[in-house]
Amino acid sequence: MADVTLMKTPAETALAQAFESAKTLLPGNVESRAQAFELFSARGLPHRRVEEFKYTDLRAFLREAAPFAVAPSSKEAAAALENAKALAGVEALQVPFVNGHFVRDAVDFKSLPEGIEIVPLGEALADNHDWLARLSPVPWASDNPVYQLNTSFMADGVMIRVVGEVTAPLHLRFVTAAESAVATATRVLVLVEDGASVTLLESHESTDGANHQPNDVVELIAGDGTKVQHVRVNAEGDKALALSTMAIKVGADAAFNSINVVTGAAVSRHQVFAVLNGENTNLRVNGATMLKGSQHGDSTLVVEHAAPQCESRELFKTIIDGEATGVFQGKIIVPHHAQKTDGRMMSAAVLLGEGGAMNNKPELEIFADDVQCAHGATCGQLDEDLLFYLMARGLPKKEAESLLVQAFLGEAVEFVENEAAREALVATVEGWLKARG
Amino acid sequence: MPAVQETIDQVRSIDVDQYKYGFETEVEMEKAPKGLSEDVIRFISAKKGEPEWMLQWRLDAYKRWLTMKEPNWARVSYDKIDYNDIYYYAAPKKNPAPKSLDEVDPEIVRTYEKLGIPLREQEILAGVEPRNRVAVDAVFDSVSVATTFKEELKKAGVIFMPISEAIREYPELVKQYLGSVVPVTDNYFATLNSAVFTDGSFVYVPPGVRCPMELSTYFRINEKNTGQFERTLIIADKGSYVSYLEGCTAPKRDENQLHAAVVELVALDDAEIKYSTVQNWYPGDAQGKGGIYNFVTKRGDCRGKNSVITWTQVETGSAITWKYPSCILRGDNSRGEFYSIAVSNGMQQVDSGTKMIHLGKNTTSRIISKGIAAGKSDNTYRGLVSAHRKATGARNFTNCDSLLIGNECGAHTVPYIESKNASAVFEHEATTSKISEDQMFYCQQRGLSEEEATALIVNGFVKDVLQQLPMEFAVEAQKLISISLEGSVG
Repeated sequence: MADVTLMKTPAETALAQAFESAKTLLPGNVESRAQAFELFSARGLPHRRVEEFKYTDLRAFLREAAPFAVAPSSKEAAAALENAKALAGVEALQVPFVNGHFVRDAVDFKSLPEGIEIVPLGEALADNHDWLARLSPVPWASDNPVYQLNTSFMADGVMIRVVGEVTAPLHLRFVTAAESAVATATRVLVLVEDGASVTLLESHESTDGANHQPNDVVELIAGDGTKVQHVRVNAEGDKALALSTMAIKVGADAAFNSINVVTGAAVSRHQVFAVLNGENTNLRVNGATMLKGSQHGDSTLVVEHAAPQCESRELFKTIIDGEATGVFQGKIIVPHHAQKTDGRMMSAAVLLGEGGAMNNKPELEIFADDVQCAHGATCGQLDEDLLFYLMARGLPKKEAESLLVQAFLGEAVEFVENEAAREALVATVEGWLKARG
Repeated sequence: MPAVQETIDQVRSIDVDQYKYGFETEVEMEKAPKGLSEDVIRFISAKKGEPEWMLQWRLDAYKRWLTMKEPNWARVSYDKIDYNDIYYYAAPKKNPAPKSLDEVDPEIVRTYEKLGIPLREQEILAGVEPRNRVAVDAVFDSVSVATTFKEELKKAGVIFMPISEAIREYPELVKQYLGSVVPVTDNYFATLNSAVFTDGSFVYVPPGVRCPMELSTYFRINEKNTGQFERTLIIADKGSYVSYLEGCTAPKRDENQLHAAVVELVALDDAEIKYSTVQNWYPGDAQGKGGIYNFVTKRGDCRGKNSVITWTQVETGSAITWKYPSCILRGDNSRGEFYSIAVSNGMQQVDSGTKMIHLGKNTTSRIISKGIAAGKSDNTYRGLVSAHRKATGARNFTNCDSLLIGNECGAHTVPYIESKNASAVFEHEATTSKISEDQMFYCQQRGLSEEEATALIVNGFVKDVLQQLPMEFAVEAQKLISISLEGSVG
């Protein structure tokens, strides 16, 4: 942007003050934080004139910056985890966070499953752990203001290393239990070494009624021949402003399969930045978003095919009820050398009520001449004929709608391989529809 | 899959070094002082013998322009334009306002002959069927040098004349519609145009009249260091129909020349406007030296119910193209269509597309865009489809394919699809299922693969429209139509 921002918004000023007072207290190297914050404050909070935030104006959404959460007592943490519901029925190794702080007591470091190593990020930052060099696997993500804010404020997190075939899923559970609004910034780094495979679950939930402001970053480096299944659930509280980023770098002959299911938060933006770094890799990024009331849900996705002969599939499904607003911004980048790329990006949205809105921006940027890239976007109501068919067979309208919505979202959910997780997601969809009445 | 050989050959035949219209005409010209200032605007206005309100309109636009910033969101890059290093007005010295073709400088007549544009009515009549006649307004740098069939059109009630004449003869019509589709403050280049526009065509088709012949304007930039700022205004009154064609060329020069036009279309109830462009400005040489900067604002307003506006464009020229012919679908049941083939070669940069803004009920729009990039060029499709809250039953279908030839070029697609109405149905980019399954089945049953069948149906569809371009206007267009998009990258 050529325009120089002279006036800072109250939220920007509060963030600057928060950074000044927190920077020396936060673990690790101050310099890299200061650098990131400087980049952020040079442009301020992104607004609608900033192309990437055209449909999600953070300057308008983030009027007041909430104070950063302090670490909970072990009693508070235990209570919060007791009440956590997201993906609760799926058996997995729990890696929990309460109010943005890693709950050490909940992890039995001595008897971790074979092939898993976990290092708390706070400690790692304090003693400059080797793995830190592998943070920020997607270099261009550092241009993103949400990512910059996380780099400036990241207070806690974990680094996980996976070697070999790990069968039990890992569950990164994020719970914000504070009564009044708090901000959190967590960073997770997952290293999936060559030939390893893992299922990673991630859930985010928080108390209703408070304007929580989580900003979470999960970074994942998957080596050659790896297989990763990732399931993310956003069940944040009804007033939350949830920002999240996933930065992925995948090696050759690998398979990466991910889904983000959104039902929560007043305003949410989930960004996926993926780089396919080796040949013959298969990437799937799906999304299933259910919005109602005046919710605003943004899915932003950038996939860079940095190596030839990779396949990527992106399927985003959005259901919009009431006066909610859905956003999908996707971009596939194919540089000169990435010949034989096969990329397909699809966003489909259904508007159930009057007053909702959907903004789609499926973008392609192609420099190689022997590739296949397709993108599609549709937006409309549920098919009248299908509704009629079901209603003619005696289903009430709402039920018929529910059935069609389940089928619609099911297309995105069905790629989840872990059966328990898939069932939990189907239950989430059913629960959402039930609440709709 | 890479492009097929036939396509490569056809694109090569219109490569930048094959530019056929690069000759220069030696005519003595009268120019405004170089640069842009209030005085220059007063000079232009005085030259055109404009009334006071028009001058004021221009000066207001100029004041506004001074406060604006050049847009930088398009995917094009170029050296900063020095707006004070351009002549804003250049007209043939000998008789700048000829009464008839006999008074026009024979050099200029010869220029148009060389370009294949008939300016003599009797010649046009000689060999051609009367129903294929085309009325031509020939704009040479800053002035219109000839307009044919004016009298005959007048008999039908159709007004077709240079806009500078219309300002004098039909001030009320001009006042009512000028700037009503593209406001003076719309964007940087449109505001600049509003301040300094020199000539262009004015068309008014009265209620219920089907314009008896095709109308066309041929734009030629000739003079060095000049910019061309034309303004076209077409009004189709209730129940009328008009088809309008536009062509443009320029000599080969090492310098970049600026072309910033504004085209406004207004279609009232049940009216239909077809606007076709064959854009063939000088694209610069293979190294990217010279060429026209084509920064154009084109917009149609389907103001009345059941009105139709169709944009068809064949884009092969210009060093830089920044152009988004759009439709505002205001009237209920109105329809907007956009068909485009953009071919970029050499170092050309194209950022083009359309906007379909659905405001009225049951409005429909269709976008078919083919971008072909070769050489070291960049070809971007940028389009917006939006439905406002009240656009119940709006429908859009968009299909944009792009094709790359060689691996030094780039093809980009930036679609924006915004829906605020649940009953609006938007479909972007034909996946095969979006094409009628019956047609697909028919083709596949006869042995075509799914891909071949898709190509056949989509291409056949575009051909239908583009073949309506008159032959004499664009041989290239005809050739381009046959380009297959086999191997398209999405």
